Amino acid sequence: MRKHWGSGVIWLLLFTMPFWMLAVGGYTELAARIVVLGLAAMALNFLLGFTGVLSFGHAAYFGLGAYGVGMTIKYLFPSTAAGVVIGVAAGTLAGAIIGALIVKLRGVYFAMVTIAFGQVFYFIAFRWNSVTGGDDGLTGWGRQPINLGFTTLDIQGNDKAFYYFVLALFTISVAVMALLLRGPFGRTLLAIRENERRARFLGIPIELHIWLSFVISCFFASLAGALFALVNNFTDPRFLRWDQSGTFVIMAVMGGMRSFWGPLMGATVYVLLQDYLSSHTENWMSFVGLVFVLVVLFFPRGIVGTARTRTVAEP
Amino acid sequence: MTQLILFNVFNGLVVGAFYALMALGLSLILNLTGVINFAHGGFLALGAYIAYTLLPYVGFWGALVIAPVLTALVGIVVERVLIRRLYGRDPLYSLLLTFGLAFIFEDGTRFIWGAQSVPYQIPASLTTALSPSLFFLTGYRVFMVVLVAAAVAGLFLLLTRTRLGMRIRAGTLDLETVSVLGVNVRILRNLNFGLGIYLAGLAGVLAAGMLGLQPTIGTSLIMPSFVAIIVGGLGSLPGTLLGGILIGVASGVTTVFFPSATEAVMYVMMGIVLLVLPRGLLGEEGRF
Repeated sequence: MRKHWGSGVIWLLLFTMPFWMLAVGGYTELAARIVVLGLAAMALNFLLGFTGVLSFGHAAYFGLGAYGVGMTIKYLFPSTAAGVVIGVAAGTLAGAIIGALIVKLRGVYFAMVTIAFGQVFYFIAFRWNSVTGGDDGLTGWGRQPINLGFTTLDIQGNDKAFYYFVLALFTISVAVMALLLRGPFGRTLLAIRENERRARFLGIPIELHIWLSFVISCFFASLAGALFALVNNFTDPRFLRWDQSGTFVIMAVMGGMRSFWGPLMGATVYVLLQDYLSSHTENWMSFVGLVFVLVVLFFPRGIVGTARTRTVAEP
Repeated sequence: MTQLILFNVFNGLVVGAFYALMALGLSLILNLTGVINFAHGGFLALGAYIAYTLLPYVGFWGALVIAPVLTALVGIVVERVLIRRLYGRDPLYSLLLTFGLAFIFEDGTRFIWGAQSVPYQIPASLTTALSPSLFFLTGYRVFMVVLVAAAVAGLFLLLTRTRLGMRIRAGTLDLETVSVLGVNVRILRNLNFGLGIYLAGLAGVLAAGMLGLQPTIGTSLIMPSFVAIIVGGLGSLPGTLLGGILIGVASGVTTVFFPSATEAVMYVMMGIVLLVLPRGLLGEEGRF
């Protein structure tokens, strides 16, 4: 019962965000950024928190989604929907191929290989100047109004319309992830996380499940990337780089990777902190680095995890 | 054409020697403690900038000797204060913490020494080409390869012939038993970390001479070292050395035919190696 209450509050806040964001000193784009990066962190946590597999290279799929949408709108057809579909397809395909190469690895080894593979796409985006814009990123394109047949959704000019477009996709994604986790598939993933050997003895095809979880995670990460490109009307090769991957991991850990909503909270804190720091100090990188260190040393269970142990401890 | 290929093979060898030096330090730390040190590139940059600061006072050779030692001392302090708390925990946490450290290092060097890149003076005796027909064999590049070879030889001698080295190797196999046999594991891990960082510092000084100094110098070099370790096989130091040289030469040769794939080729190699030999070239079934 308590759990549903908490989710209700989160949804209420998400759906009303554009109306009070300005009053508390934010802006609508900031709200969209929170939702999008929250989705990316939740997508990563599908793998990290619920399957127990550490990917430190999710920026690759996120960035492929972003470049997919940008390059489609710029070079192929000026349609937001087509861009998102192609971006997500590119990210998911890359995830499926790389996932197949690495499902047998575990622990530190898995993490290292995901980091290294994550960089491939960064170098391609960085080097292939003529197509990707290289270091400057892909510019000269923007999100297009969506024609729904009976009406046109003006996500180009209307900030709030765009926010609700993002939130709608977020809601569908989160619902699908929650349903998957609640069903037998999700329970199997938890079994693998808790005790891989025992799960294997029960006859569960471990590699297949980890691969599926990886691909699902990449699918939603690339959707988040596609939306992030739309938020900015711009793609930056840094979307694909290892520091972006680390950012997703810290969001998930900071929020609490054993909880479904934790990564969204982590993303919120992170985005607000970064927004505040980068406008107040030149050395925001040091502060962000310090946050990483402090979270690892003092809050390894994250916001939700720490709150839960407190409430359990008090009778 | 032959000369062009020869030039790029040699160039690749220089770069590969360099990746190997950095990757060996990472590997040492990873093998003994299971910590992936993301801040390795940060230590490299620190070594380079310390050398840059010392250069006017002690000269090129002095800086080459002193800067890596000072970097190693910083490493030893960092291990005592921070890294030590991560042993035995999920690798997730060591990755995140050292990742944060990498941020702090990069920003810190930018804060102290400025964001502009600065040149690093190397002695005139090292800048001349050795022969007019083989113009690419500048003294500095040859010197780098020789120095890396000497450092690697020194490292392997240390690991096989000294008591400390034997303890490190034994600890890599079974740290608990080493501890039971009366070795102070805390000090062992501390010194081992310092040794790894020493190699990073040395790589930093050499990189400064070749590439000049900028705050991002370390972060751009850490990824190839990861690839070198994976290609060579996790847990194997000779493998790491081999991996570093291989990917260096491979990217050197690729530069001739397809310059925009210079970096991508290492990752393609890594993909192929993982497909054929999931443990890497010289890795063994076991710890990782």
